[in-house]
Amino acid sequence: MIEGGVWKLGRDIDTDLIIAGRYCNISDPAELAKYVLEDLDPNFVKTFKPGDVIVADNNFGCGSSREVAPLTLKAAGVAAVVAPTFARIFYRNCINIGLPIFEILDVAKDFEKGQRISIDPGTGKVTNITTGVTFQAAPFPAFMQKIMDAGGLVAYAGEQLGGT
Amino acid sequence: MAMTMTEKILAAHAGLSEVHPGQIINAKVDLVLANELSAIVAIEEFSKIKGAKNVFDPHKIVIIPDHFTPNKDIQSAKVAKKVREFALEHNTLYYEVGRMGIEHVLLPEQGLVRPGQLVIGGDSHTCTYGALGMVATGVGSTDIAVAWALGEVWLKVPPTIRIEFKGKKKPWVSGKDMILYMIGRLGVDGAIYSAIEFCGEGIAELSIAERLTMANMVIEAGAKNGVFAVDAKTEAYVKAATNQPYTVYTSDPDAEYAQTIVYDMDDIEPQVAFPHLPSNTKPISQVGDVTINQVVIGSCTNGRIEDLRIAAGLLKGKKIHPRVRCIIIPGTQKVYLDAMKEGLLETFIQAECVVSTPTCGPCVGGHMGILADGERCVSTTNRNFVGRMGHVTSEIYLASPAVAAATALRGKLADPGQL
Repeated sequence: MIEGGVWKLGRDIDTDLIIAGRYCNISDPAELAKYVLEDLDPNFVKTFKPGDVIVADNNFGCGSSREVAPLTLKAAGVAAVVAPTFARIFYRNCINIGLPIFEILDVAKDFEKGQRISIDPGTGKVTNITTGVTFQAAPFPAFMQKIMDAGGLVAYAGEQLGGT
Repeated sequence: MAMTMTEKILAAHAGLSEVHPGQIINAKVDLVLANELSAIVAIEEFSKIKGAKNVFDPHKIVIIPDHFTPNKDIQSAKVAKKVREFALEHNTLYYEVGRMGIEHVLLPEQGLVRPGQLVIGGDSHTCTYGALGMVATGVGSTDIAVAWALGEVWLKVPPTIRIEFKGKKKPWVSGKDMILYMIGRLGVDGAIYSAIEFCGEGIAELSIAERLTMANMVIEAGAKNGVFAVDAKTEAYVKAATNQPYTVYTSDPDAEYAQTIVYDMDDIEPQVAFPHLPSNTKPISQVGDVTINQVVIGSCTNGRIEDLRIAAGLLKGKKIHPRVRCIIIPGTQKVYLDAMKEGLLETFIQAECVVSTPTCGPCVGGHMGILADGERCVSTTNRNFVGRMGHVTSEIYLASPAVAAATALRGKLADPGQL
């Protein structure tokens, strides 16, 4: 069960905003986490509490394919991202590296910064604890669920190669 | 079952007789591309795959250090070093500085991407190669690592949006203006999870360079891939680049499309995408008075010889505006050499532009033209997001090489037809 505070972001949050290109030669996730969402809100990193959840509007993660974008969010302690739609490369990167994401149509208008949210990753049930309103996330296709159950694409590929 | 080009290519690579939009497939890839920034993360993930010692086929893996190279600082040099060592250890295709070019300009030029292929790349603009009648799409580093090991990728079959450009280009309109016009209408998520298939008279008359520019930017509408039918121009381009075989796929006349959109070329004039989204477009006649500090002509979108010829044609015998810095970046060493032989470099230098070695450089906020606070840049690149090219308060205006060159001369957004 995921439970935390809500961080409300708008639509079309691109991966340059999540982690700027100038930091993309950094490989250490903990170092990257210092600059998460810096160009959107320089204070984000100071006030965000690990375990909190981002609720955003359409097309979250658009732009560059940089996998350091979801890696940075994960390293910064983002427990999950909830949005109506995700840009496709960001979406598959999240599946592959294990950053929980939940697609819920029209979800952004029902959340405000500072509210509490709970998510049951098993069922996809999302609750705005502050208002009591509940939502159902779209289920993942069976193949993607299999990748997530294996612990990410690297573990899944290891299984395919018969590695132990 | 009737299928689109995208569906046929995906089915062939998944070993299936047919596929449907929404279906998840495991497909064999013909080429796996990475640049140094995606490779550095992929190398780490590759090392974690149990049982993966060697790459599946070193001839189908290409690594190109192009983003922060020639190395802009020690951190970037360390990244490039580690990536180089991996490429040498696994004997992959590798283009070092001096042979290197901007990946999406280089691969078509080298004949490594050909009609009918399925190519994935650790770079969102991998979709560029769809201009040659293939399926090419960007993925993340973990996908690259796994494709290095298995030679496969999981993909969801996209629905296809058919976009027809009716009629012929007006003067000074290019493929860049057509794709900006399309993104302006579709929005940055208008084609999310979808394929875009381009067709119509307006597409048939385009050069391969312009088609590459258009396919390059389908990601800016959220698309998985963009695809163009193979015609005589495609075949001539590919045959000039390589003697390797290729396969031509065509969409069935009764294939199903998610939607069909028709744009009239008579409605399209040169376009400028204002900050901070590629969809924030205006026709050049409505841009108003916007003074500019810097102009960048280059990138995987518009760093080809055809682009430099257009810019040089406008700049020849003139000087750029005294308050403007104009940075020209040939996409590859071949583009650079051709520009030299054709006298374009002399034109640029006489016009007081600076000419850079091939690099992604400023487009990704790396080096070679970073913006200070409040500065404005007209760029032939593909993204104008907040902070993309430097300071968070700087502004990027996306345009064609013709509009960029006209702007460099005037010091403000300018119509090349009004010089």
